[in-house]
Amino acid sequence: MSRTAWSMCGMCSVRCPIKVDVEQNEIRWIEGNPHILGGALCAKGSAGTALRKDSERPQRPLIRKAGRGAGQWEAVSWYTALDYVADKLKGIIKKYGPESVMLSTRGGPFQDIPKAFVHALGSPNFTNHDSGCGRNVHHASKSVYGVGRKGLIYDIKNARHLVLFGRNILASLRIAEANQVMDMLEAGGSMTYIDVRQSLTGIKATRFFQVRPGTDYALALGMINEILQQDAWDKEFVDRYVSDFDALLEFIEPYTVEWAAKECGVKAPKIKKFVKEIKGQRPRVIFHPGWMLARYSDSFYASRAIQILNVLMGNIEQEGGQLFPKTPADCGGKGVRSFDSLVPKPDIKRADGVGWKFRHFDKGPGIFPFFYDAIANEDPYPVKAMICYRHDPFNCFPDPAAQKDALENAELLVSIDTHYSEFGWFSDVILPESMYLERETPIVVQKGPKPRLIMRQRAVEPRFDTKPNWEIFKLLADRMGCGHYFPYNNIEELWKWQLEPTGVKIEDFNEKGFVPYTDEPVMYESIEDKFKTPSGKIEIISGVLEEAGLPSLKPYESPPKPPKGRFRLVFGRSPVHAHGHTINNPLLHELFPENTLWINSRVANKLGIKENDWVDVIADSVKGTIKAHVTDFIHPEAVYTVHGFGRQIPLQSRAYHAGMSDQKLQEGLLMHLDKAGGGLCLCEKFVTVRRSSRNPRRRVEL
Amino acid sequence: MNKYSIYLNSRRCIGCHGCEVHCKTNKNLPVGPLLCEITHEPLKAVKGVPKTEFHFRSCYHCEEPFCATICPTKAMQKRDDGIVFIDDEKCIGCMACAGACPWGIPQLNPATGKAVKCDYCMDRVDRGLKPACVTKCTTHALKFVTINEV
Repeated sequence: MSRTAWSMCGMCSVRCPIKVDVEQNEIRWIEGNPHILGGALCAKGSAGTALRKDSERPQRPLIRKAGRGAGQWEAVSWYTALDYVADKLKGIIKKYGPESVMLSTRGGPFQDIPKAFVHALGSPNFTNHDSGCGRNVHHASKSVYGVGRKGLIYDIKNARHLVLFGRNILASLRIAEANQVMDMLEAGGSMTYIDVRQSLTGIKATRFFQVRPGTDYALALGMINEILQQDAWDKEFVDRYVSDFDALLEFIEPYTVEWAAKECGVKAPKIKKFVKEIKGQRPRVIFHPGWMLARYSDSFYASRAIQILNVLMGNIEQEGGQLFPKTPADCGGKGVRSFDSLVPKPDIKRADGVGWKFRHFDKGPGIFPFFYDAIANEDPYPVKAMICYRHDPFNCFPDPAAQKDALENAELLVSIDTHYSEFGWFSDVILPESMYLERETPIVVQKGPKPRLIMRQRAVEPRFDTKPNWEIFKLLADRMGCGHYFPYNNIEELWKWQLEPTGVKIEDFNEKGFVPYTDEPVMYESIEDKFKTPSGKIEIISGVLEEAGLPSLKPYESPPKPPKGRFRLVFGRSPVHAHGHTINNPLLHELFPENTLWINSRVANKLGIKENDWVDVIADSVKGTIKAHVTDFIHPEAVYTVHGFGRQIPLQSRAYHAGMSDQKLQEGLLMHLDKAGGGLCLCEKFVTVRRSSRNPRRRVEL
Repeated sequence: MNKYSIYLNSRRCIGCHGCEVHCKTNKNLPVGPLLCEITHEPLKAVKGVPKTEFHFRSCYHCEEPFCATICPTKAMQKRDDGIVFIDDEKCIGCMACAGACPWGIPQLNPATGKAVKCDYCMDRVDRGLKPACVTKCTTHALKFVTINEV
């Protein structure tokens, strides 16, 4: 007997909609939802079956027996584990108050229940991974438009030119988006790719600017200047929607295209030609504001300048430009009910200082690294319990050794995850979540030109003694005396409660796996009231930034060149892996077992490094050894590697010590944040590279 | 006469290697055998943009397959529509086919001890579907083509 389950992939955070064919509790076939993706799926998506079969994941709740990180665990029942966590939490709350509990997730659409849980305990301290990801982009977008980074989406398919500042859009691989890019290119669109190295995205580009590392902001400023020079901007749009444009005109004057060309190492006539090209293509020109832009001290301002480029194109709510994602209300419908809305918001200052010390940051998830300050120094108050749901701070933030130091002050560390995370391995309790094919999720609204409701159905029963997150948090909440905020006993009750205002029934998902609010894309006729800035306009001078004493238009500062013999360590992604999540997957490990160090050919030649040589990569006290990939197509100041490798969990036998971890080399960067954007500056570590003594010169064994 | 072919639109291919895993999971293959493969040449600058082309290779389904001729148990066969496939029941895993194939395309499946190779997912084709690699290609760059006789 075969049946179909409609689900969402869980191999990476994109969560592409999938169709799963199941026979006798075995997965026979996974494909992209044919109604949305035409069946398309990536390597990771298909390797979901290998994850299901893999036994190298937590199989039952574990409580630490020896020192943190020693890897000595006692397997216990759910009853014991949940009681243990609840007792510890109660003790901590009694002694230090509810605000001493923090909970972090990895972002995404399914935040409602974990957020409601920590709020129900009485703590305001909900946070996520985004300081190591898109915070700069988010805050930049807010400062310009008054809406966050998900407040605008890109109509790439209908664009005539896509400009990517290091956004490796085809390797980061959101399937629907990648197809939009390929459709645009097939229809004759142009793509300009800007990076310190060539990438899978760049090879499809029509133009490639290899820039000196850390100079994106300079290039964006030079482009703004040249667009104004060539009169390539939408004056009507700017007059209507933008405030303080004169301030930009004055600020931008010294940043000529010749200046930018010199700073970035790009030829000025090429930038001029680029501007000439987009002049004839606007408003169908999209400057991608970046995704993972936790890179440099000025990444926030770079993203802000990129948004100003979009504004100059007048591409807002234009076909082939940036669109406002439409909500159920825009289609005359209602969204799902939220658990967090049941819980009164705790009236306590956040421990990370967001909302009172740092008023220009978004209060939603705050800024995770600041919690380490609070934990280590008990300032503004002690934070003693850290729960990480589906989030591995040791993999996602720099310098795990410094994080472990700070956590010495924490009395309870809980990891809720489907796999062993580096944090989980160090924590006190692991509560194993069922992997995505073995669990349901609540229903969520996906905003867009055609908003829809979507969810995960359970495809197969769990292989091990694991539970879905909605059940784990409910069971914990029951023990903490706040179970009434989670009015369900099973997933059907949960879904029914969520769906009540929508008029949609659970059965309605059975046909296609989602329920659309509209058949035709919705466009706004007027965007007059859509900008949620203090002035209601697109702000060149940001009211929020000025109030915080931060400049809206920051003068450019040239990034330091690495000292002789050292290199700037930069990192990126492969379409085969989702950071640290998939390194141990048998089939993905087979494709991409360890990362390499990309190094410029001229530099490598000087150092005597040849392709496939082992090289030592040394920070201050941490060293990694991996194989070199010698290439002409990386800037000589930088070395590059794929993030997520160098894992040190013995029970992940394939990933264990395979490759090199960039975040472990990022020593001293944990609290090094962009003050205006709240993003980490992960590309600001210089490393020494040398040919490793591990390269055999001759064979001395028999 | 071969009826089918798999064609890669290299301009659409993004080198994500999805097809390789789609194939492996559909055939329930362990780590080891790889029935289709995406390859590329080293990058080369073309008009200022470093470029490369992706190539797809599975089995050529030869008109006169050496693998079928040499197979001692007649497990390796060619269908009327041109698909060269292995009858699992008959295969003894001697791997003579791999030696006879100029490209070494048949491989040993360590889980079953038998040879395995691309058969265009003929069970799917016979149900009116396309091979796994084509059906799930991330950017719809792979096409399953029916060759028209001239």
